[in-house]
Amino acid sequence: MSLSRTLSNAAMFVAVALFSVAATGAANAQAATEIQLSYKDKKFDPAEITAPANTAIVIKLKNLDAKAMEFESKTLKVEKVVAGSSDATINVRAQKPGRYEFFDEYNEKVARGALVVK
Amino acid sequence: MIAALIIVFREVFEAGLIVGIVLAVTRAVPHRNQWIAGGVLAGVLAACVVAVFAGALSNLFAGMGQELFNAAILVVAVVMLTWHNVWMARHGAELAGELRSAGQAVVEGSKSLLALAIVVGVAVLREGSEVVLFLYGVLAGGSDSGLSVGLGGLIGLVLGAIVCMLTYFGLVKIPTRALFTTTTILIALLAAGMAAQAAAFLEKANWLTALDNVVWDSGWLLSDSSIPGKALHTLIGYTDQPTAMQLAVYLAILLITFVLMRLYGAPTKAKAVAV
Repeated sequence: MSLSRTLSNAAMFVAVALFSVAATGAANAQAATEIQLSYKDKKFDPAEITAPANTAIVIKLKNLDAKAMEFESKTLKVEKVVAGSSDATINVRAQKPGRYEFFDEYNEKVARGALVVK
Repeated sequence: MIAALIIVFREVFEAGLIVGIVLAVTRAVPHRNQWIAGGVLAGVLAACVVAVFAGALSNLFAGMGQELFNAAILVVAVVMLTWHNVWMARHGAELAGELRSAGQAVVEGSKSLLALAIVVGVAVLREGSEVVLFLYGVLAGGSDSGLSVGLGGLIGLVLGAIVCMLTYFGLVKIPTRALFTTTTILIALLAAGMAAQAAAFLEKANWLTALDNVVWDSGWLLSDSSIPGKALHTLIGYTDQPTAMQLAVYLAILLITFVLMRLYGAPTKAKAVAV
């Protein structure tokens, strides 16, 4: 029984620690690179966007088509549904230099673009 | 048609795995079919509602409504799964034994069924709303033929149901005694994985920025967007680039489940451990 009591204290400690760390972390979000991107007729405009390395990135996506689309990038770990004729904000964590492809999941073959991190 | 098939299958795959596990877990519980079917149906209806209001949902919380909604329903599923495991630790033996037909056990059993029906509903809702949006987009005046897309979607759905049945029949092959332990572990891992996913959504919404360093990158070994990677992602929460926070949340849920099962588990079990 003392084992379980120790474990429950440990669990409580972990939970409290997680919450306090999360609370302090939320306060100091760093400045992010903001990128405008639009989507029309199954095409991203611009088809290639660039951002500096090791900085958080915010993509402001305007879906100008009437249909919903799903912005997805496997390498950036992003998946976001954007309703027809509406805007979306996509937060991307700081990345290493490289080329990261993204696409509209509903039109994966044609609707493609890339983020180049330098 | 193939594109529609792939998109629909990709979405229903995860829900199929989860429904399969829940069916195996509740194998011995009376009236489980109605509950689980109810969960699936509620999930489908909710998916349609979410799809209709996708735009409005996105705009909530400074454009992060979708992420926060996903995180919230995942948290609900985690609570339900954990509660089910703790409940089963206490009542599992009665339920599987001769008391199964007793009135009290049926009433008690339906409490646990409600929790699992909610889990099923959440799984269907999460995957379903994307399918609804995609199919609606196609039907609402796309250039592709609606019929062939519909057919592709239907085949994708059937394949998802096959995943569900394979999971179920694979699990019920396990002898009853071992099945209980297996499903307890499966559900604990499922809950931990979902909690880590919820953390990932909160990170994307910038609500959770602490411990956001990527601990490892095993994408070269097993990408979490490949089919085996996706299966492991659903089952045990595998991610090829986990952050420290996701790992911490994952381990915390496993620890909490273990402790709660010990604290509230059947007294006979606790005695056995003490000896």
